[in-house]
Amino acid sequence: MSIKNDIILRLENITKEFPGVLALDRVSLEVKQGEVHVLLGENGAGKSTLMKILCGVYKKDGGKIFIDNKEVTINGVKDAEKLGIGIIHQEFNLLPFRDIAQNIFLGKEPRKNIKLVDVIDRSVMYKKCRELLDSLEININEYALVKDLGVAQKQMVEIAKALSSEVKILIMDEPTATLTKNEIDKLFNIIKQLKAKGVSIIYISHRLEEIKMIGDRVTVLRDGKYIGTVEVCDTSTDELVKMMVGRKIENLYNRTYNKIGKEALRVEGLTLDKRIRDVSFKIHEGEIVGFYGLVGAGRTEVAKTVFGEYKPDKGSIFVFGRKLSKLTPTEAVKNKIGLLPEDRKEEGLTIKMSVKQNIVQASLKKVFPSGILKEDLELEISKKYIKELNIATPDAHKIVKNLSGGNQQKVVLAKWLLTESDIIIFDEPTRGIDVGAKAEIYEIMDELAKKGRAIMMISSDIKEIMGLTDRIYVMYQGKIIAEFDHQNYNQEEIISFAIGKGEKHG
Amino acid sequence: MASNNIKLLIKYARFFILILLFSGFSLLSPHFLTFPNQVNILAQAALLSMVSYGMTLAIVTGGIDLSMGSVLALSSCIAASFLKSGNIIDGILIGLIIGLLCGSINGLSITKIGLSPFIATYGMDWVARGLAYVYMGGTQIYGFSAVFRFLGSGQFLGVPALIYEMAIMTIVLVFITYKTIYGRNIYATGSNKTATRLSGVNTDKIIISIYSINGLLSAIVGLLYISRLNAAEAVIGTDFTLNSIAATLIGGTPFSGGEGGVAQTFIGAVIMTLLTNGMNILGISSYWQNAVVGFVILFSLFIEKTGKVFNRNRLEMVPKSK
Ligand SMILES: Nc1ncnc2c1ncn2[C@@H]1O[C@H](COP(=O)(O)OP(=O)(O)OP(=O)(O)O)[C@@H](O)[C@H]1O
Ligand SMILES: [Mg+2]
Repeated sequence: MSIKNDIILRLENITKEFPGVLALDRVSLEVKQGEVHVLLGENGAGKSTLMKILCGVYKKDGGKIFIDNKEVTINGVKDAEKLGIGIIHQEFNLLPFRDIAQNIFLGKEPRKNIKLVDVIDRSVMYKKCRELLDSLEININEYALVKDLGVAQKQMVEIAKALSSEVKILIMDEPTATLTKNEIDKLFNIIKQLKAKGVSIIYISHRLEEIKMIGDRVTVLRDGKYIGTVEVCDTSTDELVKMMVGRKIENLYNRTYNKIGKEALRVEGLTLDKRIRDVSFKIHEGEIVGFYGLVGAGRTEVAKTVFGEYKPDKGSIFVFGRKLSKLTPTEAVKNKIGLLPEDRKEEGLTIKMSVKQNIVQASLKKVFPSGILKEDLELEISKKYIKELNIATPDAHKIVKNLSGGNQQKVVLAKWLLTESDIIIFDEPTRGIDVGAKAEIYEIMDELAKKGRAIMMISSDIKEIMGLTDRIYVMYQGKIIAEFDHQNYNQEEIISFAIGKGEKHG
Repeated sequence: MASNNIKLLIKYARFFILILLFSGFSLLSPHFLTFPNQVNILAQAALLSMVSYGMTLAIVTGGIDLSMGSVLALSSCIAASFLKSGNIIDGILIGLIIGLLCGSINGLSITKIGLSPFIATYGMDWVARGLAYVYMGGTQIYGFSAVFRFLGSGQFLGVPALIYEMAIMTIVLVFITYKTIYGRNIYATGSNKTATRLSGVNTDKIIISIYSINGLLSAIVGLLYISRLNAAEAVIGTDFTLNSIAATLIGGTPFSGGEGGVAQTFIGAVIMTLLTNGMNILGISSYWQNAVVGFVILFSLFIEKTGKVFNRNRLEMVPKSK
């Protein structure tokens, strides 16, 4: 083991207040050289805030930071970079209209002198970028524009960007939230290599199984307070959960399988250029149907086509036996279809607007049939959902941008619960959500199914999709290549289909 | 916290500017505070503010409308010939229809063809102005009936009709933008079009309607304007487009979309008019006037930016003292 026991980073009594919330209340943290230190806590516990203070994005209100036992002042991102602190942010910070190399080397482009004029050395920049991507096994063209990338690819670019300069301490804020198994494996390999080089990693994730796989020690935060630090090897997951949420979580997946009702959604021969090829499936009332596959298998595309955002080349969609003639999101909502998109910041929320405005956005006509807004009613409804879903926000007027990642996701959920849609598509609903809240969301999905709603669930988390669904369709390269009933679920088999090596046994 | 006071100061900065201008001009010139001059300022602000409301709506949705001045000219020129020959109602209706038509063409080319608002309305600006020249052939139409003239230059209870019209327009638009579903959807579209569309809102329809309203507003202001001038010609209204952008920015509606609004723009339009009026009274040359307006625009953008700094609580945005 390469862990030396010297403390490379020490945070002491860090305090940070935002209007209405004490995000951090005298939090301390010690990180050793070459260790993977996991930061654990519920949504809104203050993890991202602590890390943003460390890398100079926020100014702390109190406390001290020591690196190599010397107190340091961090007054901006540049200071943190000089101290060898790198970060992979929870939210993407990439420029959409620039290519990958330009993003990775932003502000630190290789330079050369032409006739005494200092210019960017483009050929070196793209060459270095290619080398970096290759070393991380990222198969994306360095000239591709960021706006054309999927979420997982954007995440890999963020990782590459953080690794493009020499770092001593690397912060990873939920790096795996948008990745699938394949890429996660790559990432873990990278982490192991960095560790071997003596780099310390602060790792934030809501996927508890990852802690056992890569973590050395864990520090738990709750409501902005320091709860404790433990060694991974002598702590059970249950104990961690208890430290984190302050209670025990009994059973994560509690599914009551209902009697299946009428056919709610039927899709026939759906084709969208090369992304979806001849996809047909059905979802009944009271049923939760899972879509499993690798990133890029076409699951999100199917969801968005059903919702009318993409225009299919071929195929038809039937809602309760009636063929939809016009396919647009407006029509979909009218036909009582709802979509919780996977990219909440770009597609699920208007983050400049308040929590209450976001919650009612998809139900305006239902809530205000006269067309006139009523502040009181809007407030009352949003308060109800804030309470029901435990959204951590001081009030309903807070701008969504200032909520923690997981709580933003809950706002999207509230928005679609309010529409009372018959058919609800959940695209990665628990991404970035803490265990406590996950359990709540699973319960809500189960409730919805009990009420006879038809649910389509896209998830890259095999445990969750197997624990919750009645049936699973496995997609591979735009096609549905297998279908499983929950009596016949078999993890290996499902995964082998998803990676294109599937064969049905028995 | 100290930053709270600063935030408050920034929020009401425009009222301070208003009060400052007001007291400054009052001290400098005895004419400024007289009732006729005050009424005159409001009447002058009326036309500008109504055009600016349209500009504000376009900017709130994340766009811009560079064609307003020319659409104003085209619709009022064509209306003028009907006003002269036929009856008033025909003339007004034709003016409004032409405005609406130009506006909806803008909206359609932005949403259905996918032109950027800047390009689409810039093109319309040339087309409408060109057509106005062709239609008028270098002539002027003047001398309208007394009834039509009342709309733009009449008085009721000692107050110009324009002020009533502006008041009604302001109230209606404030109500629509802040109190209705339609208004909410305008702001949502401006903040995040994709997310709004994925909430089931037909964002194309919202955008087309906004530019159509702008066409209509241009036509209305055009009619009031020729009624006030008692003449119509192809060159009128050239200043309106840029002035309305200025009023919107001074009022505090940012180009990024989804924020600001009609009420702020009213303040912006009054500040603009006060400035020009006060400087006219003081006999300051019009070259200097332009420079001063420019300075005020930059100053408002500066407060806007500083306001953001304090809102974000982010270190990087704070001006470096090092
Ligand atoms: N810029 C901000 N303005 C106001 N409040 C903020 C801001 N950033 C964070 N907060 C608040 O501080 C608290 C901690 O947020 P933080 O993002 O650190 O949580 P987190 O532990 O990272 O949660 P998650 O797991 O959901 O990402 C939350 O209540 C959040 O609403
Ligand atoms: Mg976070």
